[in-house]
Amino acid sequence: MTAQPALAIEAVGLEKSFGDTRAVAGVDLAVPAGAIYGVLGPNGAGKTTTIRMLATLVEPDAGSARVLGHDVVAESDAVRGLVSLTGQLASVDEELTGRENLVLVGRLLGHRRAAARARADELLEAFGVADAAGRLVKHWSGGMRRRLDIAASIVVTPQLVFLDEPTTGLDPRSRNQVWEIARALAAAGTTILLCTQYLEEADQLADGIAVIDRGRVIAEGTPGQLKASVGTGSLHVRLLDPGRRAEAARVLEAAVGTVVLEPDPAALSAACADAERAAVGVGELGRAGVGVAGFSLDQPSLDEVFLALTGHVAEQQPSGTLEEQAS
Amino acid sequence: MTATTTAPGSADTAAVRRAIADTVRPARPGRLSTALTFGWRGMLKVKHVPEQLLDVTVTPVMFLLLFTYLFGGAIAGSTSAYLDYTLPGLLVMSVLFTTVYSGVSLNTDLTKGVVDRFRSLPIWRPAPLLGSLLGDSVRYVVAGTVIIAVGVALGYRPDGGVGGALAALALVVVFSFGLSWVFSVLGLLMRSPNAVMNAGFMGIFPLTFLSNVFVDPATLPGPLEAFVEVNPISVLATASRSLMAGAPDGTAIAVSLAVAAALAAVFLPVTTRLYRSR
Ligand SMILES: Nc1ncnc2c1ncn2[C@@H]1O[C@H](COP(=O)(O)OP(=O)(O)O)[C@@H](O)[C@H]1O
Ligand SMILES: [Mg+2]
Repeated sequence: MTAQPALAIEAVGLEKSFGDTRAVAGVDLAVPAGAIYGVLGPNGAGKTTTIRMLATLVEPDAGSARVLGHDVVAESDAVRGLVSLTGQLASVDEELTGRENLVLVGRLLGHRRAAARARADELLEAFGVADAAGRLVKHWSGGMRRRLDIAASIVVTPQLVFLDEPTTGLDPRSRNQVWEIARALAAAGTTILLCTQYLEEADQLADGIAVIDRGRVIAEGTPGQLKASVGTGSLHVRLLDPGRRAEAARVLEAAVGTVVLEPDPAALSAACADAERAAVGVGELGRAGVGVAGFSLDQPSLDEVFLALTGHVAEQQPSGTLEEQAS
Repeated sequence: MTATTTAPGSADTAAVRRAIADTVRPARPGRLSTALTFGWRGMLKVKHVPEQLLDVTVTPVMFLLLFTYLFGGAIAGSTSAYLDYTLPGLLVMSVLFTTVYSGVSLNTDLTKGVVDRFRSLPIWRPAPLLGSLLGDSVRYVVAGTVIIAVGVALGYRPDGGVGGALAALALVVVFSFGLSWVFSVLGLLMRSPNAVMNAGFMGIFPLTFLSNVFVDPATLPGPLEAFVEVNPISVLATASRSLMAGAPDGTAIAVSLAVAAALAAVFLPVTTRLYRSR
């Protein structure tokens, strides 16, 4: 494959309005090549519009962006030749069979008939939908459609894939499969721009995250940095002997921070911002001769991060529905 | 067995990795080949959803039976005389109704998101629109053939013979290519496939009835007669009638083709512009 520029996506001041709605109000992004980069934001934040500008489906009103070194407006055709889009609505043809969908994309990308069929069969097999290959996609489940959609995106292996809310509306099992596929893509060196409303998804997959709200990037960093920038985590300790909890509390209070006694009589936790302090605290317990059964360090959840950054709560991952998403 | 398949096989991560590792990038196909691939897609849809063909052919066949046997005697003196008059017009009606589906299927693509896939591919941009004409033309020909066949079964024998009937069918199909762009624009502007269907028929239905498809306009009150005379559907029906009768009306044929060309000239560019920006 040809050498990629260090930044797979470089966007400066992207703007897009629909009538009075400022869908995207000045977005800057710098996505390193080979990474999974998360764009995290609630419904209506401007994620899809940003992706559509980067994938050359709509032209920005202002600002500019280069994808894999090519300008999205002036060299849109070159961009389209290197990227694939898995849209928010599954971008597959429901009135065709699964195999026909993949053969269609293969033919459009220049494969001859036999090669397009062979590639389609290879992908149907790899994505676990070979059994349904001959059935019309409108009869497929949401999770299967999503996988077909991603398969269609790699009929010819792209250098960059846009995934727009790939697990919205999927049950947990299908969601895990989509995550596995995204990780496999990334492991092969494909850059992924992942838009999601789900904090857990960004945390699970992304190397870097831009938090977006009302058309603007309001925070950026690794999941760890984002968490560290707001609030503190806590050190949880479980003792061998519940009878020594009061003594342990005194030690941790002095070495780490405010102690909270947990419902479990052998457990307690101390407010703690960084791992080094936590290590000192555990060391002090050892020195005082208090036996420790186990300990862990919790970071604040991305939910807390989002609340702290935006002042409102982000939506939660629904716990498993096969319903079609409403868009 | 239920209609929806759930919990089938799982993705095989190792196989996915192998598939991604294959970085073969074929040469880009030519414009014609790309449009033909979309034509193939249109054909597949006709194959998978044949009910669509049924929808569009049943209504005109129903009108054919109703008008011929219910009003034929009253309008033209005898059912066979009326069949001679109205069948070439019903051919027009049958095929023009089908053009509404061009807009409906375009709108379906948009609401389902598959257009986003096409627009993100490195392909010649008008190809999806031009390719769909191929699938459409199959629908036009089937709709037209069915109505002629039913007419023949009821005793219709055009003086122009098979050649005249084919010429009339060809003219109507060419006119439909022009008209279909009007419905493509509707398909790009409206919110749902149903809205396109309703708006489309709201336009085409009265226009068809206010033409000379069913009655000779000479029997109509003045202002209505004037409208019916200039209605392009009347002109097309006249042209179709003349071809079927083996006595081609050059003016009507030329005007029909000119109207089709004008519709395409206006609405094709609007369609491509809307298609790009939506
Ligand atoms: N085609 C459009 N026409 C009008 N408004 C739109 C259009 N697309 C998006 N919007 C509006 O722009 C805002 C951002 O939308 P979107 O980019 O879809 O957000 P997200 O993907 O983060 O949910 C929303 O208020 C949405 O209603
Ligand atoms: Mg969205």
